[in-house]
Amino acid sequence: MIETIPLPVTDDPVDRAFWQACLEGRLLVQRCGDCGHVQHPPRAMCPVCRSMELGWSECVGTGTIWSFTVPRPPLLPAFAGLVPYVVVIVEPDDFPGIRIVGALAGIEGNGIGGIDPETIAIGGPVRLTFVSLADDVALPCWAPVAADGSLEKDAQQ
Amino acid sequence: MTQTTAFKDRTAIVGIGQTAFAKSLPETELQLACRAIRAALDDAGIDPGEVDALGCFTQETTPEFEIARNLGFGELHFFSQVAHGGGAICGAIGQVAMAIALGVAKVGVVWRSRKRGDPSKRQWAGVQPRIDDHWKWSRPHGLSRPVDEVAVMMRRYMHDHGATREQLASVALAQRAYANGNPDALMREKPMTLSSYLDARMISDPLCLFDNCLESDGAIAIVVTAAERVRDLRRSPVLIHAFSQGMTREHQLMTDYHGADPFRSSSGATAANLWRQSDIGPAEIDFAQIYDAFSPLVLFSLENYGFCGRGEAAAFAAGGAIAKGGSLPVNTSGGSLSEVYLHGANLVTEAVRQLRGEAANQVDGAETCLVSTCDSTPNGALVLRR
Ligand SMILES: [Zn+2]
Repeated sequence: MIETIPLPVTDDPVDRAFWQACLEGRLLVQRCGDCGHVQHPPRAMCPVCRSMELGWSECVGTGTIWSFTVPRPPLLPAFAGLVPYVVVIVEPDDFPGIRIVGALAGIEGNGIGGIDPETIAIGGPVRLTFVSLADDVALPCWAPVAADGSLEKDAQQ
Repeated sequence: MTQTTAFKDRTAIVGIGQTAFAKSLPETELQLACRAIRAALDDAGIDPGEVDALGCFTQETTPEFEIARNLGFGELHFFSQVAHGGGAICGAIGQVAMAIALGVAKVGVVWRSRKRGDPSKRQWAGVQPRIDDHWKWSRPHGLSRPVDEVAVMMRRYMHDHGATREQLASVALAQRAYANGNPDALMREKPMTLSSYLDARMISDPLCLFDNCLESDGAIAIVVTAAERVRDLRRSPVLIHAFSQGMTREHQLMTDYHGADPFRSSSGATAANLWRQSDIGPAEIDFAQIYDAFSPLVLFSLENYGFCGRGEAAAFAAGGAIAKGGSLPVNTSGGSLSEVYLHGANLVTEAVRQLRGEAANQVDGAETCLVSTCDSTPNGALVLRR
């Protein structure tokens, strides 16, 4: 069993640009260059018009929690060490209907976890953050926004 | 009118066989497969030399040629494998049945042999340091096991419909009670109460230990042949009335939450095409064998196969419908949660025992059954009848 967090292959031509943008602190959603269809995860072809001219749109980086879970052991060792952590499915505010899996993390990007699961609810607002896991992997994660919006202020400073 | 007469009731399950079920068995998967297949052919009263078709899972580790040369089969004319683990058993049976109905082959064996009792056999435990397929969008985030993906769905279901853990518990409790009456079930001597369920440790909140299937060793085999052949056989036939596989466009291996309606899932695609072919509708089904690697899958499938409306399954189960004496007994041998976990193959053999009238928890007057496969993968289903 691997000891590290499993990482994505980042040099696949279909999604290389997605992972490159993450290194620059940007979250992309794939957009068809011919018909404008938006989809996630990225694919080789647009299922609406069969175009392979696929481009990207950048998310503003806010969203709401569609659902979440709190995994408990038995887990891969790297995740067992993070318990209790929360994994959410986020609907980005600017791309309705798109759902993206992400771990919850602090806004400082110090790592997955560190969020009290009791404070998390479906419909809660989250803000994009990135956790650096390798030279080629900045994992797009989400930081919960407190009821008083404090995190948003921090993020805007 | 639909053209379904070439398949409907043209084939039958005429033999079933199984090994002992246990947390750990000493024999290899090949040895277990041989035992189960030999038992199924004995049950049918068919000589192994007559077998000319095989169906199994892509995940099966015992290859067709080993099975054929160990069992002494005849020359084979059809062999197919079906993907997607828990979604596969009805597809494996249905494809063999189609080959027989069309005259390509005459006698088919479908089997599943698996040693899953050892924790190192968990598939998620074998994940590699770098992921190159669709799992790259979830596993690096710690959504790493099938149970995590189902937990996400169950929490959303609770949010949408006000369902509770107490309602969900009724699935595990009903199946444990069935297992307590089944001498072959791993959990035959272990009762479960609501408080023991609620006190069990969480595996992926809101799913606790008892919402998860067993980790077990064993093998099961099923024999299929033409309905017109069954007159000279040992057992009363269980007719394969309707069959479909199903996969929605947005499906991944374990998730459909990128699709427009994640709760319809591939079961929605299977169900629509299954009932289209069937003279028997959901209201005429006497009992159901619904894939249950995780208990929420039973609720989602009850809705997708039309036994209750969207959002109603939790109350349906909590009201006792799926338990012994209920309006739709479900997983009457204890299922994957409490009998054995063999990727759903035990749901088929229990359906056959019920329709023969020889089940441990016999449903009075059982004449029709739905057998489904995993709600959260590309899947398939069968309508069986006496
Ligand atoms: Zn397009």
